[in-house]
Amino acid sequence: MRAFSYERASTTEAAAKAAATKEGAKFIAGGTNLLDLMKLEIETPTHLIDVNELGLDQIEPTPEGGLRIGALVRNTDLAADERIRRDYQLLSRALLAGASGQLRNRATTAGNLLQRTRCPYFYDTNQPCNKRQPGSGCAALAGFSRQLAVVGVSDACIANHPSDMAVAMRALDAVVETVQPDGTPRSVPIADLHRLPGDTPHIEHVLERGELITAVVLPKPVGGKQIYRKVRDRASYAFALVSVGAVIQPDGTGRVAVGGIAPKPWRDEAADGELPNGAKAVTAKLLTDARPTEQNAFKLTLVERTLSAVLAEARG
Amino acid sequence: MKFDTPATTNPIDQLKVVGQPIHRIDGPLKTTGRAIYAYEWHDPNTRYAYGHVVGSAIAKGRIRSMDVTAARSAPGVIAVVTSDGIGELKKGEFNTAKLFGGTEIQHYHQAIAVVVAETFEEARAAAQLVKVDYAEEKGVFDLAAARDTAVKPEEDEPDSAVGDFDGAFSAAVVKLDQTYTTPDQSHAMMEPHASIAAWNGDELTVWTSSQMIDWWRTDLATTLGIDKEKVHIMSPFIGGGFGVKLFLRSDAVLAALAAREAKRPVKVALPRPFLMNNTTHRPATIQRIRIGAGRDGKITAIAHESWSGDLPGGGPEVAVQQTRLLYAGENRMTAMRLATLDLPEGNAMRAPGEAPGMMALEIAMDEMAEKLGLDPVEFRIINDTQVDPEKPERPFSHRDLVGCLRTGAERFGWQERNKQPGGRRDGNWLVGLGVASAFRNNLLVPSGARVRLDREGVVSVETDMTDIGTGSYTIIAQTAAEMLGVPVDKVAVSLGDSRFPVSSGSGGQFGGNCSTAGVYAACVKLREAAAQKLGFNNADDLIFADGEVRSGDRRMPLTEAAGDEGLVAEDSIEFGKLAETHQQSTFGAHFVEVGVDVATGETRIRRMLAVCAAGRILNPITARSQVIGAMTMGVGGALSEELVVDKERGFFVNHDLAAYEVPVHADIPHQEVIFLDETDPTSSPMKAKGIAELGLCGVAAAVANAIYNATGVRVRDYPITLDKLIKDLPELS
Repeated sequence: MRAFSYERASTTEAAAKAAATKEGAKFIAGGTNLLDLMKLEIETPTHLIDVNELGLDQIEPTPEGGLRIGALVRNTDLAADERIRRDYQLLSRALLAGASGQLRNRATTAGNLLQRTRCPYFYDTNQPCNKRQPGSGCAALAGFSRQLAVVGVSDACIANHPSDMAVAMRALDAVVETVQPDGTPRSVPIADLHRLPGDTPHIEHVLERGELITAVVLPKPVGGKQIYRKVRDRASYAFALVSVGAVIQPDGTGRVAVGGIAPKPWRDEAADGELPNGAKAVTAKLLTDARPTEQNAFKLTLVERTLSAVLAEARG
Repeated sequence: MKFDTPATTNPIDQLKVVGQPIHRIDGPLKTTGRAIYAYEWHDPNTRYAYGHVVGSAIAKGRIRSMDVTAARSAPGVIAVVTSDGIGELKKGEFNTAKLFGGTEIQHYHQAIAVVVAETFEEARAAAQLVKVDYAEEKGVFDLAAARDTAVKPEEDEPDSAVGDFDGAFSAAVVKLDQTYTTPDQSHAMMEPHASIAAWNGDELTVWTSSQMIDWWRTDLATTLGIDKEKVHIMSPFIGGGFGVKLFLRSDAVLAALAAREAKRPVKVALPRPFLMNNTTHRPATIQRIRIGAGRDGKITAIAHESWSGDLPGGGPEVAVQQTRLLYAGENRMTAMRLATLDLPEGNAMRAPGEAPGMMALEIAMDEMAEKLGLDPVEFRIINDTQVDPEKPERPFSHRDLVGCLRTGAERFGWQERNKQPGGRRDGNWLVGLGVASAFRNNLLVPSGARVRLDREGVVSVETDMTDIGTGSYTIIAQTAAEMLGVPVDKVAVSLGDSRFPVSSGSGGQFGGNCSTAGVYAACVKLREAAAQKLGFNNADDLIFADGEVRSGDRRMPLTEAAGDEGLVAEDSIEFGKLAETHQQSTFGAHFVEVGVDVATGETRIRRMLAVCAAGRILNPITARSQVIGAMTMGVGGALSEELVVDKERGFFVNHDLAAYEVPVHADIPHQEVIFLDETDPTSSPMKAKGIAELGLCGVAAAVANAIYNATGVRVRDYPITLDKLIKDLPELS
């Protein structure tokens, strides 16, 4: 870990401004990902702006009938919130499928969205990794890729996004609210938040330098059966090989987002339209452009079979 | 004490204390955080410095140059020690790879420098500033590709043959010829390697985490080129080891070198990622097994060949070991071949040999039973043997494999098993039952102890035995209490210090039986001294009980024997030829029920049972803990544990506990352990045998067989992850 300076921000605007003006600055919230990365010198911020005391830890109703979740709401609190459990079960279930109790107590809503990949080559600074060190190459392509992405990938990077929560947020059409360094707010639909790697895998989202997530807004409840199914090698405390977050209405229509297979929570509205036609049809649309490796090609079958099980469960 | 004839009745047989379910005496220290582990030793009057390791970034090659200028001038840095500066070090007897790399790099993350600073954080930051120019060389990292280059290893007995295997196998009515693979595995214990080294003139004290105090002491002295008598090792508490702390490791060497350079005590802990590539691992194997049998189920021919790899100078994984002993059959052969690989050093991990060997053999037995149309429990029973099948004149000292299988089958409800694979459903779960024999040899290692009685009636035991979480403190206290007729709370046990008599140490499941036998020997001497002092001339009918020494009508308080100056005795147990005339092994049976998700192929354990026949159980609580821990490790081996080799770059990629998945609580819902009530008088005066590794041997195969029973899919390559099942699972509606 390199030495860094530290400040505690007092307003969101000040935080964003400081982050934009100070070279090498980063926000720190729960720190469950950032600190690990700093210890390994994968992240080397020279200045940390602590946003824990900005009062962004509330969950409030919106005039539209949805909920505004403060960026600093801890995963544990979000999963346990009565309104979330009642109206957005998918989110609560996805959160509880992630990490461990201790981590969820620390981890925040915004931090969860921006957590970085768990690709083992990203974590080993002796190895080439275009995401960590642009232009150095990708060791995962010809290496150990069983866990990694099959769709949305590029020749430069096949890292996947590890979040469970983000999969549910994507299925629920959440909107990310930010404040920009000049103090103006903006809203980014979650579908547009993460970028695909292309030949710049080190650029992972559309936020500008210094832009701070202040909240994530859920639209009004959509009802339906809400199922989050996470598939993994051990029963707890493991990242998803594949996860399926689905909202299925009584008439068989609905929406589905998939985790573990792409650099972002993976959803295709056209694939949603195939839900009444079953898992095979949905998967065919979702994975049209899949480019798996030999080691992770099983994920294509796994997505279809998991979705099939989810749809059967939804039918009751 | 020489132990060369089977034990007769002795004071341990009273079983007032030994054999009782006593909670571990060091438990309160551990649950309240007062047990001091290696890195935690802290003298407030000492200014410790902190060392951080620099590991090689390549798997094979040479260091052209190392630039430590930036590291040396980084904040807080006291010293940077590289092999450049200190020259080549000797290698310890038990090490294959060098612990402190020279210009030649033997494996990834081999230690090449240690940076010493005022704080841990400064040392870690400065370690990143060491710049190394490597000349990388191409290495050999893929066992399967190197299989044909494997040679017959020089030492031990790589091959065995009895009768005419080829003839009998080709003539057999029913035959199996299959190949199985087991991956490299990591010990992944809780406490990382850590040492504090302090020099006092030419004397060195090292607080560390070691299973074998004397081996470490000897090899550390050899490595540093100093006199063994000048080295003092302390390791009273160990947070798990599973074999990776049997042999001297780099943390101790680096701490010693760093402390010499810094002229201060230095603490060095290996970061978690270094566990996988800096230390040792259980080597991967490829195993071919052939079994031939008659329609009656009797094995007529059995062959087991195993290929594994290691660095030059290393040895094979002895995965065929159990096949020489476990089942009958007149015509047999085993062979081991060793390939040279440039991966980190392969070495002992819990039940080396039998653990991976049983993973393969016990699937083969399941497959063979199916071919014969026999129940897998019955097939094993049919092929039981009471003698060493390679040397029939050599009986087993005591062998109740059949009892384990029969008891387990009854207690587990084995008759519920659906004989048709894939035939039992519970909602979305395909449910299956599996069985495997458990087998692990019983090893005998000399072990010494010193016992002291004081005027308060407190018995102090000193031995360099270690407690790696196994319960050594407790069973040693029980042994001394039984021998001297005092309650357990009157016994103080001190372990893990090289100033104490050399013990068996902890490894190969020999520590429990051997170290208590050493304490027994010392206590016999103390009893003799006490009797003499108290004027008991005829020692034959002496009873030590309730703090008294009794003979006939005469009784004397034990404390009187101690007097003001106390009474001390020291002895060691030495084992004679009983292990040559008798084959000593431990036996068991593992039963497992799994559910396999019909859609995803995720396997989840539903319940497990182990039945063990391992001589006298010295403490059913600590023994049970050993077995359920081993069963858990077996589940990991079956379902998730694999050090993934990057075959281009030559290292284990998943080098942390997030990516190397051991079971978590949610994976282990229900475990039961049954110990058969037995003794083995040929093993030691304790009549006990090993238990800690037996609990692992066979577990993974029982899981594999249960998965087959659940799904009808036979997987012969561990770990059995869902990607190996999913293409063969039933169509979903």
